[in-house]
Amino acid sequence: MFPPDGHVDGQWVDEDAGPVVRPYALTGGRTRPVGESFDLLALVCAVRGAVPDITQLEPEQLIVLRKCRVPIPAADLASDLDLPLGVVRILISDLRERGLVTVHGPVSPGLTDPQLLRDVADGLRRI
Amino acid sequence: MAFDAYEPGLPAAGIPVTIKILIAGGFGAGKTTMVGSVSEIRPLRTEEVLSERSALVDSLDGVERKATTTVAMDFGRITIREDLLVYLFGTPGQERFWFMWDELAFGALGAVVMADTRRLADCFPSVDYFERHDMPFVVAVNCFEGVRRYPLDAVRKALQLSSDSPVVLCDARRRESSRNVLVTLAEHALLRSSRAPAGV
Repeated sequence: MFPPDGHVDGQWVDEDAGPVVRPYALTGGRTRPVGESFDLLALVCAVRGAVPDITQLEPEQLIVLRKCRVPIPAADLASDLDLPLGVVRILISDLRERGLVTVHGPVSPGLTDPQLLRDVADGLRRI
Repeated sequence: MAFDAYEPGLPAAGIPVTIKILIAGGFGAGKTTMVGSVSEIRPLRTEEVLSERSALVDSLDGVERKATTTVAMDFGRITIREDLLVYLFGTPGQERFWFMWDELAFGALGAVVMADTRRLADCFPSVDYFERHDMPFVVAVNCFEGVRRYPLDAVRKALQLSSDSPVVLCDARRRESSRNVLVTLAEHALLRSSRAPAGV
């Protein structure tokens, strides 16, 4: 959380100073995604035909691109990459800004939909 | 590198429906055990910037700085069909992580509140939260070995449930038992939805 020597004066934490926590090095020190926020179960989908400039992307972002050729929830990506959800969200939002992925939903057409709730109950009974 | 994938705005077919269920309750009440017995459990970390509010809760009051905290959550997935997935999220129990609950609860089908009758009070905050947010929930009394069993009615009274939420016994170690709790929750949500006024 804080530097081990307890050195916590302003120079570590002013607006320009960037992160004090290592994972956020991946995000250039940002702790908030760009653009519209999305749910932790939002489905991330690679955009068909979009050609990424791989020199501009972090290796982790290339992994995200590979994994979301089929729609995959943000939480699954975070778990697969073993990175904190907050970090993965920023990586995803950057890919979205570049037009490489879209972020949907999650598609839960109202949890008052009786048919969906019946499907869930029946499905769970069979597991 | 070619990325064959989905276009924005494509029809819902092909995109799975993801359902969120929260597993709440006090520390040691069996949340991790339940997620593990009924689904493939996977690690999920969030690293959150402590807001001012949570910073205060974390007794950092008077210290004006941003800090991050790592929260490890139990995270499980149950594939019902290729296009219907249920995700379980064990809610972080410590009070200082409560700022995460609103996000976890958003759009959730409902919650299981794990209860240990030796420390029933530990689950009061969870019960309060879900009642306040009018979310469907089930109280699952985890039957620890060697612990005196109380009648479910007594547990319900002790919890002072203001809702009609089911109270059930379970053995979180057993897959079938954990599954039954989830089925009870889904049925309870279904029952509630049938009573909800149209358009809500």
